[in-house]
Amino acid sequence: MAARMAQGDRGRFSALRSATAPLVAVAVAIAVAPACSGNHHILSPEGKQAKSIALIAWFMFISAGAVTLLVFAALLHGMFRRHRTTRRGEPRRFVVGEQTWIIAGGVALPLVFIGILTAMSLHGLPSEAKPDAVAITVVGHQYWWEVQYPGLGVTTAEEIHVPVGRDVDVTLLSDDVIHSFWVPDLAGKIDMIPGQTNHLTLHADKAGTYRGQCAEFCGLQHANMIFFVVADEPSTFDAWVRSESGAAPAPAPGTPAADGAIAFQELPCASCHTIKGTAANGTAGPDLTHFANRSTIGAGTVPNTPGYLGGWIADAQSTKPGSLMPPIPMRPDQLNALLAYLGTLK
Amino acid sequence: MSAIDQEPTAGTSTPDSESLEEVWGDTPGIAGFLTSVDHKRIGVRYLVTAVVFLFVGGIEAMLMRAQLASPNGTVLGPDTYNKVMTMHGTTMILLFNTPIFAGFGNYLIPLMLGTRDMAFPRLNALSYWVFLLSGAFMYASFLTGQIPNGGWFAYTPLTASEYIPGSNMDFWAIGITFLGISTTVGAINFIVTIFRMRAPGMSFNKLPLFVWGILTMSFMILFAVPSLSVAGSLLELDRAFGMHFYDPTHGGSALLYQHLFWIWGHPEVYIVFIPATGIASMVIQTFSRRSIAAYHLVVVALVTTAFISFGLWVHHMFATGLPFLVASFFSAASVLIAIPSGVQIFAWIMTMSRAKKISFEPPMLFAIGFIVVFVIGGMTGVMVAVVPFDLQVTDSYFVVAHFHYVLIGGSVFPIFAGLHYWYPKVAGRLYNRRAAIVGFWLMFIGVNLTFFPQHFLGLMGMPRRVYTYQQGLGWDSLNLLSTIGAYVLALGFVTSVGNLVVARFRGPRAPANPWGADTLEWATSSPPPAYNFAGFPVVSTLHPLWDTAPGQDLTEITELDGEDLTVSHEHHQVLLTSVLDANRVDVASMPHPSYWPFVVGLMMLLISVAVLVESWTFGLVAVGVLSVALIAWHAEVEEET
Repeated sequence: MAARMAQGDRGRFSALRSATAPLVAVAVAIAVAPACSGNHHILSPEGKQAKSIALIAWFMFISAGAVTLLVFAALLHGMFRRHRTTRRGEPRRFVVGEQTWIIAGGVALPLVFIGILTAMSLHGLPSEAKPDAVAITVVGHQYWWEVQYPGLGVTTAEEIHVPVGRDVDVTLLSDDVIHSFWVPDLAGKIDMIPGQTNHLTLHADKAGTYRGQCAEFCGLQHANMIFFVVADEPSTFDAWVRSESGAAPAPAPGTPAADGAIAFQELPCASCHTIKGTAANGTAGPDLTHFANRSTIGAGTVPNTPGYLGGWIADAQSTKPGSLMPPIPMRPDQLNALLAYLGTLK
Repeated sequence: MSAIDQEPTAGTSTPDSESLEEVWGDTPGIAGFLTSVDHKRIGVRYLVTAVVFLFVGGIEAMLMRAQLASPNGTVLGPDTYNKVMTMHGTTMILLFNTPIFAGFGNYLIPLMLGTRDMAFPRLNALSYWVFLLSGAFMYASFLTGQIPNGGWFAYTPLTASEYIPGSNMDFWAIGITFLGISTTVGAINFIVTIFRMRAPGMSFNKLPLFVWGILTMSFMILFAVPSLSVAGSLLELDRAFGMHFYDPTHGGSALLYQHLFWIWGHPEVYIVFIPATGIASMVIQTFSRRSIAAYHLVVVALVTTAFISFGLWVHHMFATGLPFLVASFFSAASVLIAIPSGVQIFAWIMTMSRAKKISFEPPMLFAIGFIVVFVIGGMTGVMVAVVPFDLQVTDSYFVVAHFHYVLIGGSVFPIFAGLHYWYPKVAGRLYNRRAAIVGFWLMFIGVNLTFFPQHFLGLMGMPRRVYTYQQGLGWDSLNLLSTIGAYVLALGFVTSVGNLVVARFRGPRAPANPWGADTLEWATSSPPPAYNFAGFPVVSTLHPLWDTAPGQDLTEITELDGEDLTVSHEHHQVLLTSVLDANRVDVASMPHPSYWPFVVGLMMLLISVAVLVESWTFGLVAVGVLSVALIAWHAEVEEET
């Protein structure tokens, strides 16, 4: 058996080395990949907190990569470098004892690494919002986001407009189960827990649309609980607030949209949705006052186009099984009128 | 087990193997199967059952990866995906990873200690039956279609009856509470066996590192598992009895559940890691042909890891809005665990480094693969302990990648090292070496291919536990790569385990000590006889088989440090030794095979079913039978002594 083992040594040696090499190559690739960022990436941040976290992340990837390589080098050395005897055939004497090496590698090395990390971690902690911050309350629902601007009289859903260059104090609440509010480009996530009020400070440095998604498993449609933070230049933001805080425009009489407004009140729509300026004041579903300004339906599930919207109104369950919107039986002309009406809600 | 004070009689009277076989062996057939208290049979049952659950959990993983291979996948719907996801986590952690160490421990601990059975053989049988039946109970949900679907972590209030009204989560909550009995009694059994039944001379500083691993694990189980049982029981009380422990609308707290769950859940990671390091230490020693470097440091590292692991649970909850001062404390404690882990890793490296020769046999490959994969998982572990970074990556695929590196690297690889190391002892057969090596490489490549890309997915904002994702987020090709890796990994598992199964029937007979190893389990035949050793071995070093003159029988030593050890043991008896130095103190008679452990386990199952269907008469009857069975179990033991 021993002879067979000895034979196996050399073959295994090269095989092991060749497998470790690509692993190391991939480890190096982790440092390069984020440069070509796609949709969102915590290493291509546009927000204050996300930027300081990205800095910590880079530091950690590089130092952890170095420590890993050091350990692997020691491992390979231990596996394949045999010190049997000196040239004169005497058993080799070692200057540094085993225990010393173990303490150097197992205690000193990690201590230095984690010591620096702990010091750095104090940097990226979430900060309190400045007093001039815009206050926004986001309420998590299965499976959509209710967005309120308490001082500004705006209630909307799924799309959160914020001014560039200003702190935004987001109050996070939940109406049912635990959700988690995460916009990777702007900040770390904070959970929305029923019975508890959490806060998160957002601060976008650049105008743009930043995708966010629920990060705590919240049930059947956890995967389709998406939202967008739209960072506007201050003047655009003010204009948006003026437009959103008003009531919905009443459709011109005699148009299909006017029929749609009637259908909305007759069908069960109004018992779950609010349209300011009309009798519809349900709160179980998203506020639709300015629905036509939003780019998606069903919390980012599908784009807000007449085709998808028609399918959604007729049977939301086929688009997003498990959402709370029930299938609503209606005549085709009612559906067309509703589509026309919803399209006017700007 | 009951000790009887018996003066050692002069002269050794070693019973012949035939009469020993008669006293220790089981009756053949189904009666023997149901009544057996033989630690080896129970150990093998544990191992086989756990590996079956590994494959069940693996199939669930394959289904999930098939669904996530491409955006907008249609393999599984959201409902099925959530069920499969919940059962994958539950199965892998609770029905595979934890119990398989009970399998190794049951089989090996008495052999390594040089004794004939566990301290409480009937309790041992019970702990297996409860494991099997609670696993069957949870999987019985597949027959009803109401499969647990609230995630393996079952966070409230999602798992409250308001949001999941069926009995899905009742199967889970009752099942894990029921299973906790198995783990707990198993741990007590290990502690007592290791404290009192070591071979004369095997003081704590001569304890094999695997035994240290199981001992440390057992103490952790005793302190951690009650918290899970409380979490599960309170959840069931909320669900079945309308209580409000976790209901914030009635003064309860959703976070209370998370604290209770993670007070178990974090130590749990180390409950499956510490005995795994014990396996790695044994394997690395044997194939490096030398004693582990700095044995004492390794033992201190094991115990330190166990202690620190109880102070880290909040790092699973950094994003819950806790004050950041609190979070920082847990962050510091979390990164500290890198030190004992580092000590162990460098001890293994130094053991190899100063070895005259290393044999890269399959168990050794798995042990080295463990170090490589675990180091990567450890690095990302330090990263996620840093609060601000964790706020970004927690609940993302970065964390999925991290803990699969830790669990597969830190626990599954050592488990496979152990399976390949002790297989000849347990099965009495040798397996095909080449197939084992192919299995290893498939697993090693598979695990890296599956989980390394997931780090990037997490950094790119992909959350965990999503049944689907949209196109155009840059996640498509990495997910496909990960799915391909998962199938390579699966192929590795099939090859490795398939090879062992084939060897059971076709493999050549194994000698007593095929690897030239050092510990007592290799001193007896492969497989060992029902009574393990004809006499009681006496040890005076950490490596009894290496430090013994050739031809010397350890069971024939009659003197230790000037003390006469001769003892009459022709009955169904074992030696009891003192806790610290393992000086022989007396002998104890062991209980015989019994139906009662099976009956008690069955009644516990019926009680679980009664709670599930809320039938209290049925439950009371089962409690009644359970009480009678417990009395009968103990009455019988009294008679025998």
